[in-house]
Amino acid sequence: MRTRSGLMRRVGDLAFQALGIIVTLAALLALATLIYDVAHDGLGRISWQFLTSYPSRRPESAGILGPLVGSLFVIGLTAAIAVPAGVAAAIYLEEYARRTFVSRVIEINIANLAGVPSIIYGLLGLGLFVRAMGMGRSVLAGAATLALLVLPMVIISTREALRAVPPSLREGSYALGATRWQTMWHQVLPAALPGILTGLILALSRAMGETAPLITIGALTYVGFVPDGIWSPFTVLPIQIFNWVSRPQAAFAVNAAAGILVLLVLLLALNAVAIILRDRYQKRLA
Amino acid sequence: MSRRIRLWIEFAIERLLFVCAATSILVTAGIIAVLVFETYEFLREVPVREFLFGTVWTPLFADAHFGVAPLVGGTLLVSAIAMAVALPAGLITAIYLSEYAPSGVRRVVKPVLELLAGVPTVVYGYFALLFVTPLLQRVVPGLAGFNALSPGIVMGIMILPLVSSLSEDALHAVPTGLREGAYALGATRMQTALRVVVPAAFSGISAACILAASRAIGETMIVAIAAGQQPRLTLDPRVPVETMTAYIVQVSLGDTPSGTLAYRTIFAVGMLLFVSTFILNLISNWLRERFREEYA
Repeated sequence: MRTRSGLMRRVGDLAFQALGIIVTLAALLALATLIYDVAHDGLGRISWQFLTSYPSRRPESAGILGPLVGSLFVIGLTAAIAVPAGVAAAIYLEEYARRTFVSRVIEINIANLAGVPSIIYGLLGLGLFVRAMGMGRSVLAGAATLALLVLPMVIISTREALRAVPPSLREGSYALGATRWQTMWHQVLPAALPGILTGLILALSRAMGETAPLITIGALTYVGFVPDGIWSPFTVLPIQIFNWVSRPQAAFAVNAAAGILVLLVLLLALNAVAIILRDRYQKRLA
Repeated sequence: MSRRIRLWIEFAIERLLFVCAATSILVTAGIIAVLVFETYEFLREVPVREFLFGTVWTPLFADAHFGVAPLVGGTLLVSAIAMAVALPAGLITAIYLSEYAPSGVRRVVKPVLELLAGVPTVVYGYFALLFVTPLLQRVVPGLAGFNALSPGIVMGIMILPLVSSLSEDALHAVPTGLREGAYALGATRMQTALRVVVPAAFSGISAACILAASRAIGETMIVAIAAGQQPRLTLDPRVPVETMTAYIVQVSLGDTPSGTLAYRTIFAVGMLLFVSTFILNLISNWLRERFREEYA
């Protein structure tokens, strides 16, 4: 071998490994910086008053009660729409559908829908729910829009959870004379439940952080009340954060940072539940 | 329960489940219907040639021009910056995690990186506007408060886990036999990774990159917050630009009455956005299918 000495090659290999470690660390550092920056700016602003006040023109007396309740309300309703529809669709595609042209088209369609930008769902919600169906800029219109947005995610993750259930469970149930649905309802779904829940929570936490589609359907940016029903106008936490970031005064930026902290804590709590469920699931399978 | 009733219920349940699955087709149909309808109304008043090839975008001014090029240019500029960050960093991370890192490191780092993808985009917008831009202003002369550079970099950080995670999956799926063959010929790990494993996973990696591009084009809040709202056809990353998505947000926040021509522009712009991301997603899916078949 006259091309390159073994030493040179080993140095190149080590350098490349070092580069890999550096880049990976840099990505992790970016995450840490982001969290540190937000916490540094906003932590001092978090107080009971901040959580229980309505927005205000004076930054120091403004709070997030309306957006906070709005977010929880909209996500609850989103779950009520998207979860049954998404899980049912996943059960059909994974357990019932034969390999026909129609089921193939539905599958490709779902994969594509998962990649459609969220703001396009906002335009759909605006044209379909707000205007054509006359829902106005209501909680229901917002939840319906977000439900369509998370539907592909719910279907894809539920299918994966169903696929992880061993076929022997189904065969045993059929052997005992159970029908298809009895097998699904009493055997497969309970076994897949933790996996399904994990996927659902991840999809809903994505919905909770969404801003663009709700701005597009015309959710308010200034709400001095708590939404009192599905026809009520509303705003959500990310929109309030966006509203505060867009203002020039520094004091509102502090409010935005505090709002982000509340949003991140909510998301973290949701994801912690998902991780705990996943852990329990993996132990049971092992 | 008699057997007949039970069979009937089974049938009804299957139909019901099918209807739920078919709903997804209706969602796509709804998106296309809404966009096509409003875009058609828009194009009845604005010639398609002016829309696609005009270079001035002032639909909200008295002297209205409807050339979408500045919005497309802004979108491409920010996305290009994002890809310039996410592709090299994501690929190197993927190669490191798949070929070098001990499995313990991989198990910890991968989910932590995916946290980056779970952060709401409005948070990245805050980060870009109030942390990254001031930081960059110290090193980049003439950087405006709103610019394409800072949201581009932050967007790159956001889509990095998409690139690294999907590429890593592709690298991981390459059969070990190929690596062992390379090692047997005396190749180092780097040579094996770059000359054997990466080429073998090429279609999977390209699928990841194209999906990332599609995500960058459709990303909204980071640019709406940190890139400004000035449609401008430029390659200068230091000045404010407006993307297609940021324009839709701008109009949605304003008090443009619905049914007007200015209002219809958001659907026309949305149509363009939908078609471009849709094509990218189709290509990405096709590449991924092909990759799966290669190593099935």
